[in-house]
Order: sequence, then C-alpha cells, then structure tokens
Amino acid sequence: MNMTARLLASIEPPPSTDAGRAAAVWRALENVTDPEIPVLSVVDLGIIGGVNVTEARVTVEVTPTFVGCPALDVIRENIRTAVAAALVLRNDEVTVKTVFDPPWTSDRISETGRRKLTAFGLAPPGERHDPYGAATCATNSDLALVLCPHCGGSQTDLESIFGPTLCRSIHYCRDCLQSFEHFKPV
Amino acid sequence: MAFDTLESLKGINREAVIDLLYRMADDELIIGHRNSEWTGHGPILEEDIAFSSMAQDEMGHARAYYELLHQLGEAEPDALAFSRKPRQFRCCSLVYLPKGDWAFSLMRQFLYDSAESVRLAALSDGSLTPLAQLALKLRGEEKYHLMHGRGLVLRLGSATDESRRRMQGALDLAYPHALGLFEPMEADEPLAQAGICPREGELRAQWESAAAPTLSAAGLAVPDNAPPVHGGRVGRHSSALTELLAGMQLVYNIDPSANW
Repeated sequence: MNMTARLLASIEPPPSTDAGRAAAVWRALENVTDPEIPVLSVVDLGIIGGVNVTEARVTVEVTPTFVGCPALDVIRENIRTAVAAALVLRNDEVTVKTVFDPPWTSDRISETGRRKLTAFGLAPPGERHDPYGAATCATNSDLALVLCPHCGGSQTDLESIFGPTLCRSIHYCRDCLQSFEHFKPV
Repeated sequence: MAFDTLESLKGINREAVIDLLYRMADDELIIGHRNSEWTGHGPILEEDIAFSSMAQDEMGHARAYYELLHQLGEAEPDALAFSRKPRQFRCCSLVYLPKGDWAFSLMRQFLYDSAESVRLAALSDGSLTPLAQLALKLRGEEKYHLMHGRGLVLRLGSATDESRRRMQGALDLAYPHALGLFEPMEADEPLAQAGICPREGELRAQWESAAAPTLSAAGLAVPDNAPPVHGGRVGRHSSALTELLAGMQLVYNIDPSANW
C-alpha cells in the first residue's frame, strides 16, 4: 500500500460491495486528466471503455483517442495509480487494458467536456459528416464551419489540418482576428 | 467464417495474418520514419507540422500492428522495430525511398494514404474482429492525411510551371514503387478465402480507381504500363532501407536492455 492509499484509507474505508467499488473507481477516474488537455478528465474525454471489479482485482478498459497518442502511456499509468489509491490496492492489482471496442470517436466527449474545452480556448469537435474520408472530401467538410471558442464567431478559416498535438487543427477567426485550435472530429 | 480473437486463428490462416501484419506494420514504421526527416526541415511551418504529425500517427499505427503480432507470439514491439535485419523487413520500396524534395514526399504520402484507405476499408469489413476494429479506428485518423494530400496535390498540380513539373516528376518516380504496395503474395489466397483481406490484385485495382480522379483533376498523368517494383514483401530491398535502418536502430542497439 502506498502513502496516498494509506492516507485515504484512514479517512474513508474502501466500499465493500462490487457495485460500491466500481462507483469508487469511476469517482477516481473523474480526477485523472489528459496531460495534453489538462482541463478534461478521462471520463469527460470518453476514453473509458468499461470498469470491471472483482474481489481483489480491477480492470479498466481504455479506448484511445488517437492510436499514436504519445500521452497514452502516461494516462494509463495515472489511471492505475488513482484507481489503486481509491480502492487501497497495490498498483499491480489494477489492470489498464487498451481496447478498440468500443472504438473511440469524438462523439464520446461529454457535454461537460465540450464546455470545458471551449472555456479552455479549444473549439470542441463538431459532427462527423465524413467519418472515414469519402472520395470527394478535399474540401475538409469536418474542418469547415468551426465556431471560434473566443468570441463564438462563425467567420473562421482552416489554417492547418495538423496542430501542436495529433488531435488538433489550427483555425483563424475573422470576427475577433485571433487564431485558435480545434479538437478534430474523428 | 468469423474470427473473434487472434487465438482462434490456426495453421495457414495464422501464418497468413502474421505475414500481412508484418507488411502493414513495416510500411507504417518506415514511412513514418521517412516523414520524421521533415521535422525542422519543412518548406513552411505548417508542412513541417503536417509531416511530423503524420510521422507520429504512422509510427503509432505501426506499434498497434506490432502489438497484434506480439499477441500472436512474435517478439515485443520495440524488438520488432529495432532488432530486425533489413532482409527481415516486409515493407515495399515506396516507403523507404529517400525523402527527396518535398514534392516527392508529398506525392509518395498521397499515393500511400490512398492505398492505405482502400486496404483499411476492406479490413474493417473483414472477418478477423480484432484487426477489423483497429482498422476502423485507423480509418478515422487517416482521413486527415488524405485530406492533406488531396488538397495539396490538387493545388500544386496546377499552380506554377515549376510546381507542375515537380509533381509530375514525383508521380513518375513514385508510381512503379506504389504498385509494389500490392505485390502478390502466397498469403493472398488464405486471407481472401477466410474473408480477412481481399487479394492484393483486387486492392490494387480499387486503389488505382481511387487515386486517379485526384491525379487527373490535378492535371497529372499516371505513367502508362509502369512495371511494378516488387521484392520488398519478401525481404529483397535496396541499400536505401539498409541505410535508413542503420540510423533508426543505432541508439537502441547500443544497449537493447536499456529501460526508456
């Protein structure tokens, strides 16, 4: 048992039922954030595929936003530590498994998550008009019509399909004359 | 026939899937490495970022395929990427040609992405569930590569005499190697019969019709009867791959047991 776990255990004993333990896991996950978007928890982001609690073991399924996301290893480790602390388990009693079923899409970001993104200055992903790139999509339909997170303006232009992280594109607002980033619909 | 897990693959099907995964993983890793050579050297900042991002995506996709291979009993992903000799790689020649000028890297990436989108679409409808799920996820990411490539091929094909000349030159050079993406394999029959992946010849035909409209709208001419460059899929490579791997694997091999 690590220090944090011991401290938490002294305040509140871990729930004894599986349902109570699962609820405690979900509460712990609310406090694990994406290091590249620190305002969003992994629950807001919708990357938790499922939580499975048994006697002395917890499995958390993570469905990655982008398969090549370099933050994924850090996120997995942070999930393991937070869940172990919440249930007073050793880190090696928590398994964090990568799954592609359900596949993550940007539709999995919660309403709360979308509001937090806008407040952070990152335009939330819109509808996926063209999820897999149809033959005629040189017009970037999923990257047009992005509202500016600073002023809410709709006179925006795509500047770059790629940005500072794999999940972001760069846009310019002709209303408030500022550039902004956008979480790409995937 | 459906295969819900990798473990349910037996005999010839298992061998064929391992072969297919090596081809796809090695293509992704090597083109990713080539794209990373533009980091800090792109002609404009946006393209520096674009090629760096695509490199990161492709290497991440390679790692996901190597993970599947590892689940099928092959070595750890890092060992697969950094410990194998050139002749053990199953990538096609398109991905390891030197990066050339930016027109060449752009054209190569466009041809590669349009081929990949055809293959991933087929795999995501295929009978091997873990691969179909991964392919569906990757299609959603790859569409942005294709948007990037299509947009620039269309613009540069008709921008200036120099841009048209460079893009046509890039297409003439890359096309025979791109055909090598679809080198016919012994694994074709078992993969097709098991409903996992269509035959390479069929994918090639789909790819040619998928890439042609963009190239022709850009005013570029697809080389007639170009002879495909084969051999990569069976480990026959040029010195370009040997040189690439010598650089890419150098640090890892100083101490393969190091913990990163």
